[in-house]
Order: sequence, then C-alpha cells, then structure tokens
Amino acid sequence: MPDTFVPDTLLDIRGLKTWFKTEDGMVRAVDGVDLHIDRGETVGVVGESGCGKTVTARSVLKLIDMPPGRFEAGQILWQGRDLIPLEQAEMNRIRAREIAIIFQEPMTSLNPVYTVGDQIAEVIALHQKLSPRQAMAGAAEMLRLVNIPNPQKRVHDYPHQFSGGMRQRVMIAMALSCQPKLLIADEPTTALDVTIQAQILELMQEMKEKFGMAIMLITHAMGVVAETCQRVTVMYAGKVVEEAPVEALFSDPRHPYTQGLIRSIPRIDRAVSRQARLESIQGTVPSLLNPPAGCRFAARCKYAMDICTQGIPPLKEVAPGHRVACVL
Amino acid sequence: MNRQYIIRRLLIAIPSLLGISVILFGILAMAPGDPFEELATNPAIPPEVRMALRAKFGLDDPVWQRYLHWFAAMMQGDWGFSFQSRIDVDKLILQRLPVTLIVVGASQILAISVAIPVGVLAAVRPYSIFDQIASTFAMIGFSLPTFFTGLVLILVFSIQLDWLPFVYRADINATGWAFYAEHIKQSIMPVVVLGLAQAGTLVRFMRSSVLDVIRLDYVTTARSKGIGERKVIVRHVVRNALIPVVTLIALQLPAVFGGAIVTEQIFRVPGIGSLLIAAILANDTPVVMGVTFVFACLVVLFNLIADILYGWLDPRISFR
Amino acid sequence: MAGSTPASLSAEAPVQAPAVAAAQARKARSISPALETWRRFRRHVLAVTGAVVLLILVLAVLVGPYLWPVAINDIDFAAKLQGPSLAHPLGTDDLGQDLLARMMYGGRISLAVGFAAMLVALTVGVLVGSVAGMSSGWVDAFLMWLTDLFLALPTLPVLLLVMYLFRDSMKKVMGVEGGAFILIVVVIGALRWMPVARLVRAQFLSLREKEFVEAARALGASKVRQVVQHILPNALGPVIVVGTIDVAAAIIFESTLSFLGLGFPSDVPTWGSMLRDAKDYLDIAAHWALFPGAAIFLTVLAINFIGDGLRDAFDPRRVL
Repeated sequence: MPDTFVPDTLLDIRGLKTWFKTEDGMVRAVDGVDLHIDRGETVGVVGESGCGKTVTARSVLKLIDMPPGRFEAGQILWQGRDLIPLEQAEMNRIRAREIAIIFQEPMTSLNPVYTVGDQIAEVIALHQKLSPRQAMAGAAEMLRLVNIPNPQKRVHDYPHQFSGGMRQRVMIAMALSCQPKLLIADEPTTALDVTIQAQILELMQEMKEKFGMAIMLITHAMGVVAETCQRVTVMYAGKVVEEAPVEALFSDPRHPYTQGLIRSIPRIDRAVSRQARLESIQGTVPSLLNPPAGCRFAARCKYAMDICTQGIPPLKEVAPGHRVACVL
Repeated sequence: MNRQYIIRRLLIAIPSLLGISVILFGILAMAPGDPFEELATNPAIPPEVRMALRAKFGLDDPVWQRYLHWFAAMMQGDWGFSFQSRIDVDKLILQRLPVTLIVVGASQILAISVAIPVGVLAAVRPYSIFDQIASTFAMIGFSLPTFFTGLVLILVFSIQLDWLPFVYRADINATGWAFYAEHIKQSIMPVVVLGLAQAGTLVRFMRSSVLDVIRLDYVTTARSKGIGERKVIVRHVVRNALIPVVTLIALQLPAVFGGAIVTEQIFRVPGIGSLLIAAILANDTPVVMGVTFVFACLVVLFNLIADILYGWLDPRISFR
Repeated sequence: MAGSTPASLSAEAPVQAPAVAAAQARKARSISPALETWRRFRRHVLAVTGAVVLLILVLAVLVGPYLWPVAINDIDFAAKLQGPSLAHPLGTDDLGQDLLARMMYGGRISLAVGFAAMLVALTVGVLVGSVAGMSSGWVDAFLMWLTDLFLALPTLPVLLLVMYLFRDSMKKVMGVEGGAFILIVVVIGALRWMPVARLVRAQFLSLREKEFVEAARALGASKVRQVVQHILPNALGPVIVVGTIDVAAAIIFESTLSFLGLGFPSDVPTWGSMLRDAKDYLDIAAHWALFPGAAIFLTVLAINFIGDGLRDAFDPRRVL
C-alpha cells in the first residue's frame, strides 16, 4: 500500500536512509527504515546504542547536521506531506508547533546562559505570536503543569539551579508549550536516577492524557516499553527488524534479536529459580561503515543459516500489525 | 551577577598587583651594579638629585626594606623624577597615557568588530571557501610582526600613495573639524596595524569557540524549537561562544600592549610605549620602572574587567 | 537493563555515532598512534607546505654561507643602497654590505634563538606543570597563582626592562654576541613557560584518574616512574603544539627587541636590526626593509602552519 494515505496516520517514515560522510567512508546510520505513528498513540523504538534510533528521531525534525549527514533515500511523511524537501523556514513552522522533541541529557539540553523562563517563553512567543510578558506567563503556566513547585519564581532561575529530573521536566514543559501533535522523546530517562525515571515517565503519561499528543518513545529499556507503549518498532544496525503491538511483541517475539532483548530483561519472578542467569546477546553491533551483506544480525544469531548472509530479508507481515524481517 | 562576585575579583587582583610589583622590583634589585651609578656620568643630572635618589631608594638597606620603601613611594604617587624630561614621572606618564589608551582601544574595537563576524561565519560553514580564506588570512595576520606591517603600510600609503602621514604629530595647527580630521588621518595606520594583528588571533579564537559550541545539545534544542538559523546562531551559539573568548582576549592583553609599544615607536605616537623606548635609550631608570609598572597595572585592570564581563556573560560563575 | 551488550562506550549523539564507527574501523586496521598522527598531518596541505618552507629556510641559513661566501661586513660605499643585482642578489645596505650574506647570518641567529627559547620555555613549563599536577594543596595552588601572575606580566615591557638592566653586564661576562644570545633566550623562555605549565598540569589532572595510570599505581609504580612513563607521553601532543608556536613567538620577540635596538648589538646583523636600520631609507631602498621583514614573516608563518597541522593531527576527535 505504497501510496494510499490513511488519514489517521500522523507520521509515516518510508525507506528512510540517513548516512554520514566521514573520513573513513559512508556510515549508514539509518539504512532503510519504515515506521509509522498514528494520532494519539505511543510507539516505542528500541534497540542497542548505535542502532540508529536517535538518528531516525532527529531525521524527523531534520536536526541532522548536513554535512556530514545526508538523506540518501526515503520519505518522511507528516500528515501526508514529505518533510525532506521542505525549506528551512517551512520546517521551522512544524518544529515545536507540530512535532516537539526532548533529549537524553537534560543537563546539557538547556542553554546555561538563559533562564528557563526565557527559554520556554522563546518558543511560545515565536509560535503563538505573544508579547514577551504573555509568553513569560505562559512559561510559568507550563512549569506549573509539569509539577515544578513555585513556578512563578522558578521561571527566573537558570538551568544550573535545577536538578537533572527537574531539568527534564523543564524540557517537557518547553516541548509541550505549543501543544504539538507528536512528541519525540529520545531516551528521556536514560540519564536519570531510577526513581526519577519513573516520575518522568508518569509525567509524560499525564501530559499525554491532557494534551492527547502521540509519543515516539526511543529507549533501550524494554521494561519502559512494556509499561508505556501501544506499539513497538525494534531496530538493529540501522534497520527495522520487527514491528508489533506491544502485547504481541512480548508474548510472541519473532526476530531472534527481539527474543534476545526480551530475554535480557531482569525479572524478579525468574530470579528465584535456578536458571536465573541473565542472558545477554553475544557479540557487538556490526560496523555501519561497511555493513555485512545479508541480515545484519546474522553474525550474532544462533539460528543463522547460509541464506541469512546472502540477502537482506524484507519485512513480512506474520500477523495483523506484526511484521518481522527474518527468514524464519 | 552580584556584588560579592565583583568584590571577590577585586580582592584577587590585589595579590596579583603585589606579586607583579615584587617581580619588577626583584628585577631592578638583581640588576648588577647600581642603576643610578650611570647617572653620575650624565652631565644633565646634578649630583644632589642622584644623592637624593640614593637616599630615597635606601640603596644600602636590606632588600625587603628597599622594596617596602619603593612600594610605599609608588602607592603615594611618588614615582621619581625624569632626568630626560625634567618632570615628575607620574605627571609625564599621565600626559602620555591617554594617547596610548585611545590607540589601543580603537584598535581593539576594530579587531573585535572585524573578527567576531568573520570568526562566526567561518565556523558556521567549516571548511567552506570562506572559512579557508578567513582562516588563512587570520593566520597571516597572526604571523605578521607589527613592526613589519607598520613599515609596509608606511611604504604603501605614505611613500607610494602619499595618502597618510607616517609621523604622528601632537601639535596640529588646525581648529574645528580639520583638527579632528587630521587626528583621525594620522591615527589610521597605527590603529590598523595594531588592530589587524589582534584580529588575526581573535578570528582563530572565535572560530574554534563557535565550533565547540555549535555541536552542543542546547543548540539542537534551539533548532528543534523552530527558531530561524540566524537567531539560533546569534542567541544560542555566539552568546555562549563569547564566554571563553573573553578570557582569551584577556590573556592576549600583554601581547597587545607589546604591540602598542612597537607601533608607537614606528609611527612616533607620543604614548607611554614610545616613552618607554626613549627612556631606555636615555637610561632614564625611574621612567622605565614607572612605565613598566603602569603597563602591568593596565594588564591587571583589564583582566579584572574581563573577569567581571565573564561573570556577566556566564550566570553560572557569579553564583558560585 | 536491556540492550545488554557492550556495544559502544559513548552516548549516542548523531555525530558521535559515525565517529565511533570510524574509530572502530581504524582500530580494526591497527595503525599506531604516531603513524596515524603523521597520516593526518600529511593531509594538512598548508602544514606540509610550512614544513617544506621551514626546511628550505633552515638549509639556506646553514649551508648558504658556504655557497655564497661573501663577508657580512664588507663595506663598499660605491655600491651602497643598491637594489637586487647579480653581484648582490638581495641588494645592499647604506654601507654597501651584501644583504644576502647578512640575511643568512641573521637567519641563523633568529632560528637559534627561536629553538633555544622554546627549549627553555618547555623545560620550565613541564617542570612547573608536573610538580603542580603531582602535588596537591598549597604547592599546586601557589604554582598556579605564580603561573597566572606571569601570564599577567606585560611581556614586552618586562623583556625591555631586563635587557636594559642586564645587557651591559652580560656583555662583560659572556662576550658581545654570546651575552645577548643567552640573555634573550633565557628571558624569552622565562616569559613563555606558562601555557606549557598549565597544559601539563591539566593533562596530569585528567590523566591521573584514568585507568591505566591507576593500574600503574596499583602495581606500585613510583611517582617519578608514573610521570615519565605514563603521563608525559600522553601530554606530549599538546606540548609539542605549544612548543611549535613558542618557536614562532620567540623569533618575533627577538626581532622586536632588535628592531627596537635592545636585542643583539647593532653591529650584529639580525633580521630585526636590519629592519631597524632600513626603516629610515624606505623611500629610496625599500628592498632593504622588505627582504628581512618577509624572512621573519615567512619563517613565523611556516612555523605557525606546522603548529596548526600538528594540532589537527593530534586531535583525533575531528570528523571532517
């Protein structure tokens, strides 16, 4: 169904290839990714570090430095309109207003020389055409929404006066200040303490209920996915290897890599038993510089056969909404 | 930005000044022989003056006592007497200081207003043609000794083209606009020589600072907000990149004043730099010491200003 | 939690991801760090050009006098202030002395001063930096205060002051040229060690905590052994870069001193003193000033480009 547009689809990434030119050659960070997000749903994107999740996320907002990066192929359809050919000015009307993003490192994502109020008000003033005063009031209101105590006063504080978890709240407040239809959360909890992680996820859930936006949640934590997402896309070495509703993925993972990911989740109920050894996937992600021909997971796959190294298996639908790129 | 921070910087500046005065006095005290002995051979100096000097500097006291005496005298504005100009050293320096400050100040303004935009543009498009040209010219400016630039400018603009005077004159017999026009005309070459040398260094600083800042996360955040690229660069990159550059400019100050001495000497600008050279050539020790100390004070003063500017540019500092 | 395999140590910013992959790829090809540095340096066109130019200059001043055996003080009033000709390829000065011979002689002095002063600065800097980096508490604090103090000294005025006070007595002890040489080298070195000291100390502080030094410490390596075997080799890259720039800075300082008449005695031809003599004849014998000026500029530019190339070569983070 290449050209039929489903009205409920917000974002539809088709065959996206984002490559980086380096001194040693072309790094194929994202190499043919298909991914779609419907209105109001939470989609998890999981995979190891360096598998291309972050580059995919940043590609959507065209936040990739070009050069060295470039879009080699594919489309990023936002409500049916391809973002790749858009001019910067048009892209800027979509950023923050329709698609917002929060990053992994709350400690470095805010500009240290401006108050958090200034930084939130900057977005509000820009997209809602408000006066600086009204924008600042809006900023304080956003801080209140993300449960920062004493927001009227704290808008005048600098980022270094906030803790990591508080800064991530500020980032969320900033991202949601223009009520975007999609929030991309790029490992929003990875850099935080475990207790704070839960609070931030809870806050995102709460905000989702309030604003009704869709969320693209990038993470490598399968536990987080299980708790928050409706659908999951599993990425490996720049490619999508499996895509499924969350229950299906956990109950019936088809790709050996997905199976490995799920088995490597520590579980209390299994820990008491004898075979409590936490499993890990042997080996490392292949170089994206000269990716192996064939299935990129083949070298680490315990089911690998000759055919696996010969051609790249396409995504096949194995059940409604459940697609997998494996010959098995 | 709070008052405490400024006071703390002030308190740090005082030991620096004391340290520098110790170093300068130490150099003077270590100098072989009696620096005032040479004055004996100078017929322009009456022996009483020399004896008075000897007594005032207490040349037979222990070193630390001599230092304290010297320092106390300097603090009271008693900087000695210039044999060459037959005038108190502090008055002489005060006469000459404004010219130096104007030339140095104008050249710094020129350097900053050229270098910051060029450095930013070069860094925004790294390895582009513009960047390569700018970086090469910056390197040339950085490598050109001021005395050579000065001579080449004189050769081209004074001798070949006859556009600008190559000797700076304090006594211009003109009034009104013509007076200012002449002054500006004769200041152009010294200011440009000094400014270009500084601009080369500054372009390199600014370029590398912007390159460091532009890949930080908060710049991506700014872009993700939908702010135009120009505004992202000015508000979120340049503003932050200036913070380390302020420190680097302060570190460059000794070199700037060194350049000022050479420039004043070439164009015969009547500032404290040419005064220093003249005093050295005339063995006028009190003036040499006085001017050197003034240069040291200027460096410390501008370092202090840079520190305060730094605290103003970076809110994290003044809260610490 | 999940993910589980030790795939990559770095956080994944989009630019870093390819950098990591590239680093892995390089590691796979197993090129030694020194070779890798050389590979990067070789690709820096301007740096290689600089190295070639410097090599030619060094050869010219070393071998040149044998190929062009004209005395530097052969006075010939009949041929004074002549432009370049076959008899005098670079022309003559106001005494009819051959400029090519004098330039080669001056070049030896400039380059020798540059390298010697760099060695002094590096020695002092590495020493102070290592001591400060190894010790903590008040020793470190005092040494860093001293470093900052020296950074705030107005270099040229202090240099002039020292030359003024010590020149004559050094001449008596070490002879005319030797005295000036040693004095200039020591003083320039003494005023240029601070960046090296800071750099070495900073390397110490960051490397001290790294695993391999910790491993060495756990194995009972002595402090000196830790420094010599583990820390200094790692600090080498940046120190070499600063040392390169120091050569250029020392050459400029020496030329400036000579230009102001406070460097080598006036009968010794150095590039700076030739410029000083030539500046009064700019209108009739511009070549006299242009050749030595261009020589200083070219040497300094070549060295600075080499320094730039080395800086890029030693900095493996750059992605292009």
